[in-house]
Amino acid sequence: MEATEMHFFSDLSVMLGRSMRHIFRSMDTIITVTLMPIAFMLLFVYVFGGAIQTGTDNYVNYLLPGILLIAIASGTSYTAYRLYVDLQGGIFERFHSMPIARSTVLWGHVLTSLVSNGISVVVIIFVALIMGFRSSAGVLPWLAVTGILALFTLALTWIAVIAGLSAKSVDGVSAFSYPIIFLPFISSAFVPTESMPPIVRAFAENQPVTSIVAAIRSLLAGQPVGDEIWIALAWCLGILIVAYVFAMRIYKRKIV
Amino acid sequence: MQNLAIQVKGLQKSYEQLHVLKGVDFEVKPGSIFALLGSNGAGKTTIVKILTTLLKQDSGAATVNGFDVTSKPDHVRQSISLTGQFAAVDEILTGWENLIMVAKLRHLEKPRQVADDLLNRFGLIGAADRRASTYSGGMRRRLDLAMSLVGRPQLIFLDEPTTGLDPEARIEVWKIVRELADRGTTVFLTTQHLEEAEHLADRIAILHEGRIIANGTLAELKMVLPPSKVAYVEKQPTLEEIFLAIVGKKEER
Repeated sequence: MEATEMHFFSDLSVMLGRSMRHIFRSMDTIITVTLMPIAFMLLFVYVFGGAIQTGTDNYVNYLLPGILLIAIASGTSYTAYRLYVDLQGGIFERFHSMPIARSTVLWGHVLTSLVSNGISVVVIIFVALIMGFRSSAGVLPWLAVTGILALFTLALTWIAVIAGLSAKSVDGVSAFSYPIIFLPFISSAFVPTESMPPIVRAFAENQPVTSIVAAIRSLLAGQPVGDEIWIALAWCLGILIVAYVFAMRIYKRKIV
Repeated sequence: MQNLAIQVKGLQKSYEQLHVLKGVDFEVKPGSIFALLGSNGAGKTTIVKILTTLLKQDSGAATVNGFDVTSKPDHVRQSISLTGQFAAVDEILTGWENLIMVAKLRHLEKPRQVADDLLNRFGLIGAADRRASTYSGGMRRRLDLAMSLVGRPQLIFLDEPTTGLDPEARIEVWKIVRELADRGTTVFLTTQHLEEAEHLADRIAILHEGRIIANGTLAELKMVLPPSKVAYVEKQPTLEEIFLAIVGKKEER
């Protein structure tokens, strides 16, 4: 082990403090990652909600998981953006020429993503509670939900790292997140898949968001979860591992 | 070995098809200002990156403050600082926070005091609580240099430190560089501005097409020039003329 790795945790906390400041000082970030999902939630509940037949009497309960995934997807696009700016500005090279635990340059961004997305998830759940969200779930199901959301965040964050390290322009850097933000709309997040045409339905039922949403929904409703939780975990872990391996490969090529 | 700040031998580096460094040799004495001169794309930044452990050479050896860059990168990083081509400051943090951050990353005992001292020394105390994004180009460069001085590294790399600065800010940077050398810090500087090397450096090396084609003091370099011609106005040859003369000669061969 290199001597500088001894400072891993103190260096990591400096990096975390730095990028959390970036978030709290950027109105744009706060609006996109927290206020926009809340606006979606208001829109779907109070505008479209009356016309959507989900078979439940509490539509907030139904759509909350999808809203959380959208919030996380847009949150991670800022991770890509912040990493990209670091690389372009030269501070990335400054850090790497300093006697620090080098891996904290990346892990700082990853940890920031976990913490900041955690905060926006809590804020959104709080607003949902005001709007009538209720859960009969106990501590264990809530822990399971937290775990799934954390895994989902990590998986998307490592995709964001790939984007941040390899993007050629500011416009390109967050492009990866658009399809991901869009995925919940072609899933069971807002409407049941039964009403969709066959091809769309086949896609909707077999893409990751549907199983993740279904697992979270069952857990929060205090219902027994079936296979969907394992499918959800498999998706998250699978994406996480593949993205991590690719991200590290790109990172190693960037730096010796 | 130990009493050289930098020693480079047979350094080679290629990027895919492009053979950037074709065997570079030079030495830098501690406490001196060494300028590496070359046109755009000559490989100056590649040399800086290898010496600051950001890039690995293909072959050849380089030691910095007595430590091999490949086998002892941690020791090298401990004793150097890099100020890259683009001001490497955090735009969203204030000047003060930038310095605190670097002091903490260098694991110094009193980050606040270090930050205050440097803000004073670089005339940034009035702007300490403003975000770096609001700074002028010259102020940003000053903050950048201040960040490089945190922890008093023995050797500072300045990669084109005055590129993009107005003349006034350039003179300010020159003053800082001279002060650094006066305090015993070794300065390794790259530049395209021949005038800059002339003003600052104890020794100048010219990098051209992947090799050092001249290396010496300004006076020594001036002697390489062809005999002066009789003219109505006697004019001292500028470094630019020396450079072109040497480059021209090489290409004739």
